[in-house]
Amino acid sequence: MDLLAWVRGPAFDAALAIFIVGVIWRLIELLMLGRGVSLAEPRGPEFPAGLRTIVLRSWPSAAKLKTGATTLVLGYGFHIGFFVGLLLFVPHIELVHATFGLRWPGLPTPLVDAATVVGIVALLAALAHRLSHPVIRFLSTSQDYLVWVATLLPLVTGYLAFHRIVNPYPLALSIHILCVELLMVIFPFTKLMHAFTLFIARWYNGAIAGRRGVQS
Amino acid sequence: MAQSKTLGERLQSHGVSRRGFLKFCAATASLMALPPSMIPAIAAALEKARRPSVIWLSFQECTGCTESLTRSHTPTIEGLIFDHISLDYHHTLQAAAGDAAEAARKAAMQENEGQYLVVVDGSIPLGNPGFSTIAGVSNVDMLKETVAGAKAVIAVGTCASFGGIPHAYPNPTGAVSVSDLVKDKPVINVSGCPPVPVVITGVLSQLLTFGTLPELDHYGRPLAFFGQSIHDRCYRRPFYDKGLFAETFDDEGARKGWCLYRLGCKGPMTYNACATAKWNEGTSWPVESGHGCLGCSEPDFWDAGSFYKSLSVPTGDVARNAGYAVAAGVALGAAAGALNRAKRAGAIKRHEKVNVDDLGDDQG
Repeated sequence: MDLLAWVRGPAFDAALAIFIVGVIWRLIELLMLGRGVSLAEPRGPEFPAGLRTIVLRSWPSAAKLKTGATTLVLGYGFHIGFFVGLLLFVPHIELVHATFGLRWPGLPTPLVDAATVVGIVALLAALAHRLSHPVIRFLSTSQDYLVWVATLLPLVTGYLAFHRIVNPYPLALSIHILCVELLMVIFPFTKLMHAFTLFIARWYNGAIAGRRGVQS
Repeated sequence: MAQSKTLGERLQSHGVSRRGFLKFCAATASLMALPPSMIPAIAAALEKARRPSVIWLSFQECTGCTESLTRSHTPTIEGLIFDHISLDYHHTLQAAAGDAAEAARKAAMQENEGQYLVVVDGSIPLGNPGFSTIAGVSNVDMLKETVAGAKAVIAVGTCASFGGIPHAYPNPTGAVSVSDLVKDKPVINVSGCPPVPVVITGVLSQLLTFGTLPELDHYGRPLAFFGQSIHDRCYRRPFYDKGLFAETFDDEGARKGWCLYRLGCKGPMTYNACATAKWNEGTSWPVESGHGCLGCSEPDFWDAGSFYKSLSVPTGDVARNAGYAVAAGVALGAAAGALNRAKRAGAIKRHEKVNVDDLGDDQG
């Protein structure tokens, strides 16, 4: 209970502060870098092309399925499992409601449970794929493995806590919350920032193509 | 102390039928997760059992545990078994007072050296021995003296098991649990505020039947009663799994008996027998009566935040902290952005333009 009080209290406050400060700091710094002024005459509008690219790059296509089926399937499997577990599990919604006053409907726990298993399996398969594919393995840095561990831990510890595999329950819950806090702390300073930057990046790519009058 | 009559003879003389007695043994066996083949063994052992001497010490407590155990509606067999242990010392229940009472305790200790059981309710203050005394003896001294010749110690209630409410922050009396002080004797924690009556009779039955201590969990509680969480045995669990929750104590969901998680129920973290043994002869239990579990059988339940907030909710002022963090993030980001811009402007300023004349002959 002492550990639980700590992870719910000072540790959570610290992790949340690092997360928010880090994310906003990095986003503002990135956005303030801006883009160089293009002196060329624009050949088309930026806005619709930027939006179009955000949608298109987020949508699986037959071409992507052909070139990187494993990455596509595992990527979707993991992200859907992770976000279902994070956002649609009733105790998580309760946590957000109790802290920020927002609330939305949750899913029945057996469905969340299944999604979590899909997320865990997809992450394990992604690691196997990363290690077995010579090119991806060569390109992988220690940060990739750190991010993989930090993402897997909340899913696994949440699963263990929910199914009472680790006892006592307050300990299991404490470890779960602590793992989430670890994820929050490293989030702004690793590739995890892609959760916020991917739409900006897709917008930029699309907008540049739109200005040049080419398909992105 | 009268040791002559066996428990079986006593139950018979109180009009308990053989059938009623065996039903109790079957219930005890199932509660302790023993196979049905053990029922005759339990019955035989209980019938032959002599009255064990029990010394009951009450320290920093509210007498709720004694109330819970003695006010279980008589004549239940649990009550009778409880009546027929030889309760040689108990402040609240004994007729004797003062020196006579203390003499009874000392006599019981002497007569049953190494065989008597010590039941403790209440926590023990270490901050100042004067915070709680009995006949001028501090709680800690009385506990040590009494436990020295005991066979085992049963800590009844959350105060004795884990320190309980006296131990709650800021713990002004320096209250500790029995197991914090007693290291050389077996200690069985029967936690709960108060504990379920059938749990203590179950523990006594096991001691009488097998002469052994029950299997304990990591908090020293009998696994047979504390092996599963309230949440896992709760009849409202299907509503939790379906995502159907009461939002207030008097809304549609509350009337339909939906899950009380959103009202702060601590069932998921609490291990106790309430959901199966229930209270008041199986009439009801807190969740059935419409209030979430408080988690009273867990250590430090009083310090686990609001009774009406779920356990995982952060305890700090998250909205305020988040506000400060956003402001700090904006300030840092703007400062870093401004630094980058100044750096770029400086680089542009320092950049020396080169034209074709500057390249000179050595280029060709």
